[in-house]
Amino acid sequence: MTMSSNQPVLKVIDLKKAYGAIQAVGGVSFEVHPGEIFGVIGPNGSGKTTLFNSMLGQITPDTGKIELNGQDVTKLGPLELNRRGVGRTFQTLQVFGKMTVRDNLIVAAQEHQGTMFSRMFAPTDSNLGAKADALIDQFHIKHVADKKAGELSYGQQKLVDIAMAFMSEPDLVLLDEPCAGVNPSLVGGISTLLKDLNKSQRADGKASSFVVIEHNMDFVMDLCHRIMVMVEGKVLAIGTPAEIRANKQVLDAYLGN
Amino acid sequence: MKKLALLAGLLGLLACIFVPTLLKNHGIYLFTYWLIYVIATMGLNLTIGYAGQKSLGHAAFFGIGAYTVAVMMQAGYSFWLGMPLAALGCFVVGLALGFPALRVQTIYLAFATLGFNTAVWLVMRNEEWLTGGTFGINNIARPEAFGISFDGNLAYYYLVLAFTVVLGFLLWGLLNSPWGKAFTALRDNPIRAESLGVDIRGYTLLSFAIGAAYAGIAGGLFGSMVQFIDPAPFTVEASIMMYLMVVVGGPGYFLGPLLGAAVGVILPEWLRFAQAWYLFVFGAAVVMLMIWLPDGLLSIPDRIRAKRLSREASASRAAAGQSGVKA
Repeated sequence: MTMSSNQPVLKVIDLKKAYGAIQAVGGVSFEVHPGEIFGVIGPNGSGKTTLFNSMLGQITPDTGKIELNGQDVTKLGPLELNRRGVGRTFQTLQVFGKMTVRDNLIVAAQEHQGTMFSRMFAPTDSNLGAKADALIDQFHIKHVADKKAGELSYGQQKLVDIAMAFMSEPDLVLLDEPCAGVNPSLVGGISTLLKDLNKSQRADGKASSFVVIEHNMDFVMDLCHRIMVMVEGKVLAIGTPAEIRANKQVLDAYLGN
Repeated sequence: MKKLALLAGLLGLLACIFVPTLLKNHGIYLFTYWLIYVIATMGLNLTIGYAGQKSLGHAAFFGIGAYTVAVMMQAGYSFWLGMPLAALGCFVVGLALGFPALRVQTIYLAFATLGFNTAVWLVMRNEEWLTGGTFGINNIARPEAFGISFDGNLAYYYLVLAFTVVLGFLLWGLLNSPWGKAFTALRDNPIRAESLGVDIRGYTLLSFAIGAAYAGIAGGLFGSMVQFIDPAPFTVEASIMMYLMVVVGGPGYFLGPLLGAAVGVILPEWLRFAQAWYLFVFGAAVVMLMIWLPDGLLSIPDRIRAKRLSREASASRAAAGQSGVKA
């Protein structure tokens, strides 16, 4: 075994990104461990989204390093990152509106199988139908499985969107405000789902790790194992929800009162 | 929906086999012409309708295919060697035309492909040593195979029909493989698709290349049908017409090109009675269609279904409201 089980899934080292004179992210370092749910909170403009976009290959950081399972992935784009096991959800709805819910899930994992050429001759559901149905059951969206995703309600589409990120059994899932625009009763449902997905062991025995950006404090404090607070592009604190709640600096800068 | 499409396809095929036997030469010619445009627009439907790449250069591939087969046959080679070469040549050029699509999209891509069409057309017109310039290439023979001559109009029609059916099945197979979903994902939301591991560069290029190969084959069949080609049928205007056929039939609907090409090829014949007013009537019909059916003729069943669903939903809401009052 060259990789110890303590090796972090994600390691971000002194990441910096500036837009002109504005230092959006000014030297951020943290680690996410296997099976961990890691929250990122902070006021608007604190650099959360820039950090997220760097980790997802949407933008290239100015300096610093991002490692996935010990490998440098700093310069990789979204496609390569996904193929290496990074799934994501988006702040706004990003489902394929003209495909059925089931097909949305199938397309979310089919490109991880075989080569482009071999997929030309693969069955239409890429043998992923059963897996898609299992996730559909888990997300309680069976009654709309054969409907076009674009015809569903906002909350249902949000669930489809999250389910899609898990179809390919990623090592790391980046969740960008999973509760944005969701009604309070569904927020609890999403939290339960994410906890279940985090606990469920995959076929290879590994558990998925999550990084969650979210403004809903109750949700973050309840869901996450550790939380990083960002202010003005820098890390103010990293700790368990209890530690973060008790941190005076965090209270002054962000949580208030 | 799939069963309905299959049934419609089967009935259409039967009609395609038997109706032309009842027609005179001009009618057979029109049917052949229609099927050739069906092949070309099947390819364009993949590029535009399924993969969402707005291409206004399809007639250039139609022309490249026609000239490839014609030049090859003039040089003494067989039609059956010219056709695969036309398809392959268009595939390669289509792949190259896909590269701008990796950088620009929508109207900008349309203009880039339009520029490509103009450039190809200029080559056809100006490189007389190869293409015969405005005089074109004469006496393009019709092929024969296994001792069967396709010289007669009806025989040639059946050859084109065979090409259409085979190419239709190939496309159907492709679209029902995981590729179909990947193309649709690319069209609906490329950023999301990429985040799910869909190689959007590869699929964009291939949507152009495969679409172009279909146009190349259609072009080869076209040259042999009219037996004379010059640059006129391969202008930007022809590309716009093909785009219109895809849009009118229903982009992203498998059978859309059958209807779209019929509107583009056969409707003008029906409108002959209008004489000088023909273009006006045709234009007005297209404007009305775009206003009321922006997703094309084949979107009608979907629209009816959507209306029924919303009616049912409002009925059940009303019922729920009433029972609420009672309780």
